[in-house]
Amino acid sequence: MSAVPLSSAPARARKLRFGALWLAVPGLLFLAVFFVYPVAQLLGLSIVDPESGAFSAGAYQRIAATDVYLRVLGITFRIAGWTAVWSLLIGYPLAYWIARLPDLFRGRMLLFVMVPFWTSYLVKTFAWMIVLGRSGIINSLATGSGIVDRPLPLLHNQFGVMVGMVHAMVPLAVMTMLPVMTGIDRRLVQAAQTLGAAPARAFWLVYFKLSLPGVAAAGLLVFISSLGFFIVPAFLGGRQETMLAQLIITQVQELLNWSFAGALSAMMLAAALISCVIYDRLFGLSTIAGGSAQVGTGRIRNLGLAVLGVVATAAARLGALAQALLGKRICAMLLPGFCWLVIAFLVLPTLLVIPLAFTSSQFLEFPPPGYGLSWFEAYFSSPLWIQATIRSFAVAFVTAIAATAIGGFTALALANSRTRWGGLIFAFFLAPMIVPRIVIAVGLFYLFARLGLIATDLGLVIGHTVLAIPFTLVTIAAVLKTYDQRLDQAAATLGANRLRTLTGVTIPLVKGGLIAAFLFAFITSFDELTIAIFVSGGIKTTLPKQMWDDMILQLNPTLAAVSVVVFVVATVMLLLAERFRSS
Amino acid sequence: MPMATSADMTATEPKTAKLVVEGKLVIEGLGKRYGATTALEPSSLSVAEGEFLTLLGPSGSGKTTLLQLICGLVEASEGRVVIDGRDQSATPVHQRDIGLVFQHYALFPHLTVAENIAFPLKMRGRPGSEVASRVSATLEMVHLGHLAGRFPRELSGGQQQRVALARCFVYQPSIILMDEPLGALDKKLREHMQIEIKRLHRESGATIVYVTHDQEEALAMSDRICLMNHARIEQLGTPREIYERPRTAFAADFIGISNIFRGRWDGNGAIDTAHGRFALPSGARCQSKDATLVIRPENLRLGARDDNAVNGRVSEVVYAGSETRVIAALDDGSPLVLRLGPDDLVPAIDERIVAGWSRDKAVLVA
Repeated sequence: MSAVPLSSAPARARKLRFGALWLAVPGLLFLAVFFVYPVAQLLGLSIVDPESGAFSAGAYQRIAATDVYLRVLGITFRIAGWTAVWSLLIGYPLAYWIARLPDLFRGRMLLFVMVPFWTSYLVKTFAWMIVLGRSGIINSLATGSGIVDRPLPLLHNQFGVMVGMVHAMVPLAVMTMLPVMTGIDRRLVQAAQTLGAAPARAFWLVYFKLSLPGVAAAGLLVFISSLGFFIVPAFLGGRQETMLAQLIITQVQELLNWSFAGALSAMMLAAALISCVIYDRLFGLSTIAGGSAQVGTGRIRNLGLAVLGVVATAAARLGALAQALLGKRICAMLLPGFCWLVIAFLVLPTLLVIPLAFTSSQFLEFPPPGYGLSWFEAYFSSPLWIQATIRSFAVAFVTAIAATAIGGFTALALANSRTRWGGLIFAFFLAPMIVPRIVIAVGLFYLFARLGLIATDLGLVIGHTVLAIPFTLVTIAAVLKTYDQRLDQAAATLGANRLRTLTGVTIPLVKGGLIAAFLFAFITSFDELTIAIFVSGGIKTTLPKQMWDDMILQLNPTLAAVSVVVFVVATVMLLLAERFRSS
Repeated sequence: MPMATSADMTATEPKTAKLVVEGKLVIEGLGKRYGATTALEPSSLSVAEGEFLTLLGPSGSGKTTLLQLICGLVEASEGRVVIDGRDQSATPVHQRDIGLVFQHYALFPHLTVAENIAFPLKMRGRPGSEVASRVSATLEMVHLGHLAGRFPRELSGGQQQRVALARCFVYQPSIILMDEPLGALDKKLREHMQIEIKRLHRESGATIVYVTHDQEEALAMSDRICLMNHARIEQLGTPREIYERPRTAFAADFIGISNIFRGRWDGNGAIDTAHGRFALPSGARCQSKDATLVIRPENLRLGARDDNAVNGRVSEVVYAGSETRVIAALDDGSPLVLRLGPDDLVPAIDERIVAGWSRDKAVLVA
């Protein structure tokens, strides 16, 4: 046994205190340079005179001078608002139904929501153009069967835009509401029934009340996402449905008026942020990340409860009436019936594109007069399309690696440090999902123009990585949440250093989540159009950008063939990701 | 075996003083604070080579904190940890050469039993042949040789526990720490594993620091018990010392069953309580006017032939095989517990009894 002199107590620096948080630094820096800075700069441009460079409110004065821009702003709000309302109305029963299914079955039904969610907006919009067009599927069926004698005006009006927007947003609404709903203890509803509440009444007073934070979060996300939309209104809407994002694109691409584009972006960003603040006041932003809702007090809460009570009583009467009229069995089939209809609405339009890709006709007529592979041949023999496809794959691959690494290290940092800044850092990394893509894209365009990154693959990778980081972070953070930190501690006590713990224990155990994150990032980049519109230029296009250009020029069956390829790639990636995530 | 120990809580010695510390594991003024809350008051403790020391205490008493400070999972606010004469306070976990058996085993789910046990050897860069032979020898030691290729989820709770033990013993760390390792097992299996751990301890000669809140487990397994309460060391001693000569009312109450009488010292050899005047053990000195007397149930006898006695009424009789426990209500309603041997006459419920004890069987506590 040896003896040691008692030396001075080791000066233990606070180095470990910050420890794991260092892992979040690369991500923070990346987002600071390629997300915060360009967006801030764009907003700064809006208050600078383009010629003199001096401070000027000219851009905003121009917005206020005529009512054109205010009208577009009004249209944007109206369409986004109605999209949110309809997405909730259609999405709530579907989410409720899926949440009630047994675990095994739920995963499968969820695919009917996940596949449309990850299907490219361009493909979905293209599908609706085929379905709703003047000589589209619905009109040819309706005129062919003699129900109507003239084609119905389904496209280039408010109806077309709303169908396209709601179709695009229902999956997001369902996927936001679902975690809240699966977290509700069903025994509470049963308890309410044993205490004397009729089923419909118990649902409204207990279940609906508890699901409200999810509903509000879904409404917020749909509203904010809709604010920045341009694909759907551009193709499915008419002049009366021009939205803010389309104006921004015109200002930048055709007029190069940065300060005016900045001012319009500022308005869009302000609208998004104000919605967030209102939501935060009412429900608390943490509910989006799965936290518990703050319980309101006072008059608003009492008013809400009173309204809910009236609704519940009315619903109970209505339920009793429906049961008396229709019988128990038909009533029990109403919900599944409605949900299958919604699923058909979500899935069928995209599937209808598939036969058109194999048409032998020169036109997009339905049903195809004959079948053949000529349009796939046209696609595969076109250097333009093939180059765009290869570029999309390459950019998506590199993006996925970068976003998974950044998201992974950040998730690791947040999981291993008990800092009170954790929530804030998490929110910051999710911000690229909240800030409208068009704003990020225009900001990056301005930045890249000076860095010489326009029309480069690197520029695309950087832009896509900004957008993909929220998805990878959420996916990996969810896996690490269920990961038993004691395994890391055990490895450390057994002699493994940090690196060997990471490579020998942590990574093998969260492998599924990492692969899923990689694939989600891959799809995000592969389908991305907004940044590609600005950053990819000339002949160096990506697949979505090439589709966009073709769709503006002329609809043709090659687009159907390309859509099928894009759809299949994204769906295969998604199915793989889901498989790895659950393993 | 047990070394001279100091369970004092003073960390006020000048930090530069040249002191000589001895023991396999020496803890000096080790403390941990989280902001305003104290998880562990500065504490000192020494563990001898080959000793089995148990940290015993209720939840929140600081025993797990002390364990985590020893192995380095938690960074100390002050004080130091000396292992084998070397100051390890600043050494990271993976270089401390300690073994920790986790409460819920923390077996790696993606590795087989054999790979789990080989893990620490591989981390130390031992050659493959040595790894193989030591893994199989250790598997035999815990009687799991036939399960080497299984994954942890395919094992029962008791088998997982053995793997966790094997993973720790295989690399012969200087000190093995165990954090309530038997907490997840049922009573029968727990008793079996207690014997198993004792056997491993004897055969390997390892130095073990064991954490539990189960006082019976602590009494059965330990060479010494370090009793903890309110984030500090309450008493340190052999199981017999702690049971027979508890230093505080908490120690008397936490370990075994105790009858506790609080009263005022008469300045001589007795205290006045609500139940009468009781003679103190011969030679006992009170520290202050307030005094507390502890009498174990087995030291109480029915009848008034001893120097001290109390009156009560029998409220419950519990037959427990080898003994019979009688619970009586004293005049003010407070309970009194007696333990009767198989030959003693058992009183009936509601019968009035007199219970007495010889003055030297009682213990005066702080």
